[in-house]
Amino acid sequence: MSEELGRGGAGPHGGNGASGPPGRPRIPLPRTAAEDGPRWPEAAPLPAPAPPPETVPTSHKVLKSLLGAWALAACSPEETAAVEAHLTDCATCADEAVRLREAVALLHPEDNLGLDPRLRSRVLASCLGRRPARVPVPAWAAPYDAETARLDALLHDIGEAEWQAPVRLRWFDGERPAGRDTTVAAVIGHLTAVDGLVASALGLPDPLGDGTGSPAERTEALWAARSATPPGAVRAEWREQGRALIRSASFADDEAAGLAVSYGPSTLPVRDAFLDRAFECWIHAEDIAGAVDYPYRPPSPGHLHELVGLAARMLPAAIAARRRAGLAPPARALALAGAPGRSLHLEVEGSGGGHWHIPLDSPAATAPPETEVAHVALDATEFCRLAAGHVHPEDAAAGQSGDREAILDALYATASLSRM
Amino acid sequence: MATDGAPPRWDRKMQQRLAHGEAAALGELYDRFASLVHTLAHRVLEDEAAADRVTREVFGHIWEHPGDFDPKEGSLRSWIAGLTHRQAVERLRQSQSEGAATPEEIEEKVRAASAAARADYIVTSMPAPLRAALDLAYLRRLDYRRAAAQLGVTEDEARRRLRLGLQLLSTAHRGPRVVAPPAHGGAL
Repeated sequence: MSEELGRGGAGPHGGNGASGPPGRPRIPLPRTAAEDGPRWPEAAPLPAPAPPPETVPTSHKVLKSLLGAWALAACSPEETAAVEAHLTDCATCADEAVRLREAVALLHPEDNLGLDPRLRSRVLASCLGRRPARVPVPAWAAPYDAETARLDALLHDIGEAEWQAPVRLRWFDGERPAGRDTTVAAVIGHLTAVDGLVASALGLPDPLGDGTGSPAERTEALWAARSATPPGAVRAEWREQGRALIRSASFADDEAAGLAVSYGPSTLPVRDAFLDRAFECWIHAEDIAGAVDYPYRPPSPGHLHELVGLAARMLPAAIAARRRAGLAPPARALALAGAPGRSLHLEVEGSGGGHWHIPLDSPAATAPPETEVAHVALDATEFCRLAAGHVHPEDAAAGQSGDREAILDALYATASLSRM
Repeated sequence: MATDGAPPRWDRKMQQRLAHGEAAALGELYDRFASLVHTLAHRVLEDEAAADRVTREVFGHIWEHPGDFDPKEGSLRSWIAGLTHRQAVERLRQSQSEGAATPEEIEEKVRAASAAARADYIVTSMPAPLRAALDLAYLRRLDYRRAAAQLGVTEDEARRRLRLGLQLLSTAHRGPRVVAPPAHGGAL
């Protein structure tokens, strides 16, 4: 087993790979521009519009300083000729010229391959298989971890100008679709503002100071406060807060995971708030991806299932809230807490889907399958688009059978889960 | 976005968190270095699946042995680049030795792949002003006068940056000897 790698040693071919044979090194010609043909005249430069003579360098010092530009074919024809004439006389410059020309050969246009976002979960799972984590990321924070990493990878790949690309935020205000025209940068600010509610519930600093306000109010406040912030800082603020959230989640005990996060009128326990934030992160990442023409996939099936499950669990309260607001007809029967009332069978199809039975008459009622009065079936991504307020409840591609009013209640309530 | 030049403090903190077995730290480590690792591995192996495997091996090794990193010997980034390089070159040797290549051809290929990977690393790690100058001259094909105007520096300074950038890059041909053949199936 040779420790030597054939550099300068007496290898079988005797000195193969020795880089500098004694004497005059061979000077490679400057690189020609790859696609647009030869750029430099072979021999004598054209005499015509000669530049002022003083621009043709003659001193060793100046010629030496030109070597980098010469190697990159980035000086004038006169300078090129002067450098090359000098190289026949000056051994030190000739040596350096060889080295720099070889260095240019190592440059190449950036491949910009972009990592497959699915590699992350495979690599992390393989690591954790080799050595289990002492402080794992809890299952309820895993979708947030994955979705923020995916969005960050997208942001890494877009150019400065694309941060100002127009993006329309869309949601369903209870009665009709609503929206707001904004930019990629503003969408990230929106995510930062609302994530801040979870941060302050966990005792982390709130980017807006006091951890209060509805998502919409907070978003407006953050936009006003960061109107002159450059994209890099917008991204860093969102990402660093997200990292701090994941870290806090990792160290959170059951009590902390159950702390209430207040979203204005409604509240969610921290562990559900992480699912909610993962959902929003994905939905807005898709908004951004659409705006900058970047491919984007749904979350992994396991994570998607968690996100759909959260929406399904939130539905009974959303239906009740719509009734209180006079946006939906009253409950058919007074259901006692814990007693069975009417229920709707929600079937979400595709990877990440599942079956849920939604109590219709009271959030506190139970919903055993025999109380089913209606059945709705829709695809997981369609369900999520509905829950994001991106599809009108009456336009959702849903298979349905049974009580039409119950179905509409459920579809409208699903859309009403969305907000700015 | 500048992911380079993380302060040594960040490196030490990361090492402590990894040693403590914090999965969130592993995720952050991946987010910061996966693209470096994958690109270097791909430069050596020229194969997507093989680069994926090297990425898995390298992060697996760091996660299992965070104590192997010695901040006194350099940055976490350069340590990870070295691990990647060794791992990738070892795979390259294995795959080549299964073919019809002679030992000399294999070593020549390893040498060229190593220089290319080191060059990538040097380009991504060099000071931003040097890299910007090289990008203008090489990728955008500006002559140094126009590059100077674009960068808002003197022509002298543009020449200096181009020369310095290439001098840095040329060290890729020498480079640290991180290509020693595998000893006895060590972790990497």
